[in-house]
Amino acid sequence: MTEPFKPELVCPAGTPASLRTAVDAGADAIYCGFQGPTNARNFPGLNFTPEEMEQSARYAQDHGAKILAAINSFPTAGRTDIWKSAIDDAVRIGVDAIIVADIGMARYLHRDHPDQRIHLSVQAGASSPEAINYYCKHFDVKRVVLPRILTVAEIKQVHDAIPCEIEAFVFGNIGMMAEGRCALSSYATGISTNLDGACSAAHCVHYNEDEQGNMTTRLGEFAIDRYSRNESAGYPVICKGRYNSEHKTEYYAFEEPVSLNLTRLLPDLIKAGVTALKIEGRQRSRAYIRNVVSAFRQTVDAYAAGEDPDITDLLALTEGHRQNEGAFRSKTWK
Amino acid sequence: MTANTQNPGLVKSPAISKYLPPLPLLPLQPVLARIVKTIVRRQPGLFARLGPGTKKKFLIDPTNLPIVFLLEPDPQNPKLTAIDRRKDIERDVYIGGTFMTLLRMIDSQTDSDALFFSRDLKVSGDSEAMVALRNALDDMDSTLADDVAAAFGPLAKPMRSFLDSFNKIAESKS
Repeated sequence: MTEPFKPELVCPAGTPASLRTAVDAGADAIYCGFQGPTNARNFPGLNFTPEEMEQSARYAQDHGAKILAAINSFPTAGRTDIWKSAIDDAVRIGVDAIIVADIGMARYLHRDHPDQRIHLSVQAGASSPEAINYYCKHFDVKRVVLPRILTVAEIKQVHDAIPCEIEAFVFGNIGMMAEGRCALSSYATGISTNLDGACSAAHCVHYNEDEQGNMTTRLGEFAIDRYSRNESAGYPVICKGRYNSEHKTEYYAFEEPVSLNLTRLLPDLIKAGVTALKIEGRQRSRAYIRNVVSAFRQTVDAYAAGEDPDITDLLALTEGHRQNEGAFRSKTWK
Repeated sequence: MTANTQNPGLVKSPAISKYLPPLPLLPLQPVLARIVKTIVRRQPGLFARLGPGTKKKFLIDPTNLPIVFLLEPDPQNPKLTAIDRRKDIERDVYIGGTFMTLLRMIDSQTDSDALFFSRDLKVSGDSEAMVALRNALDDMDSTLADDVAAAFGPLAKPMRSFLDSFNKIAESKS
């Protein structure tokens, strides 16, 4: 009897301690980035120096886990050396794969380090077989991280038409925006998610609570939400704010502060050909990583063993204390 | 952002402190100094992650206690001071929650983002310094609560058990 396919559980880490927590909680692979603008979670106090990345890679690999370096923001003219240097460091350290989004960095990596395994970041926004096949053909990409805009049925169609593995998000930020192309935060702060790696740069975020306990969240000069006392809050990002217009008041113009949780869809994703299941949240704490990774480890193992898993309730860790299955089940979600 | 004393999150006179005489905080200060020294010794990488946040003043407010704590993580002279909440306190960052909430957070029992989403954790002021502190404290194999316990030397083990019992109470209530 053949063993049922068990997908790889890919987990986030924003610090070396988080990485060790993810490994110890049962991650098969951990993705993380260097300090600075070369990855899409460029926040104060987060990420790894080259020395920390090297030590962390040893820890992960010694414990049977892979380490994936996210170098997945987009360099602009005059700054490409920073990204190339990060790629060179990651190769020297011996990471198992490098996750890139920029086509120029994909070319650099493939040309200068032809033996290094390449994954295509969700930030590349490659959602069609034509786009993915282009990256596979020209840069020998081994895995694509799919944008969170496809249904499971569409993922199956993509799988059947590409030569590389598929990694799909299963928990965390829903990210319905055109990934790698969103400029909302840049418009409000002048600092780019895609070029600087910082969505809602921390120094532009301001929280103010009045005497009644109502909290207003501002990004730059824009008020993006106002929560009444004890109302659940979300991240301080433009896409999850509530706004007033001529026709509506206090409405979510883009998306609601809800987290993705595909626990119940895992068997369908695996049947659709997904190789790796990705948990979002490099900016989250060790407590989040320990709880979410452990829960998914148990669930994946149970499904692989043909058992009905005890699905741990992760609602307390979700944004806005709400969760759904995003576009994976239906395009009509909001 | 410059330090200020305006803080809508800080309740200066909660029921518990309204009728209290001036608090005798002097005996507490050497204990806090010892805690800070222990943390600095056990977590040398803390300041690098804090970056410019090392020059900021963090007001930590256990909202159900009559005192607040002022953390000044300057690597040259780190300080943690207990202050009567009725005083005006200059700060750059405000972090408030019940004592149990803050304890569970520094003991890595719960996720600070989740506490923010649920509004159990209140924050205001310099968000960059706040995020840097959160990430710096999270990059530890032990927890800040472990370090607090360790500061009590031979009493570290009973202190750790004491904190654990608080955590259990908090967990049963959450």
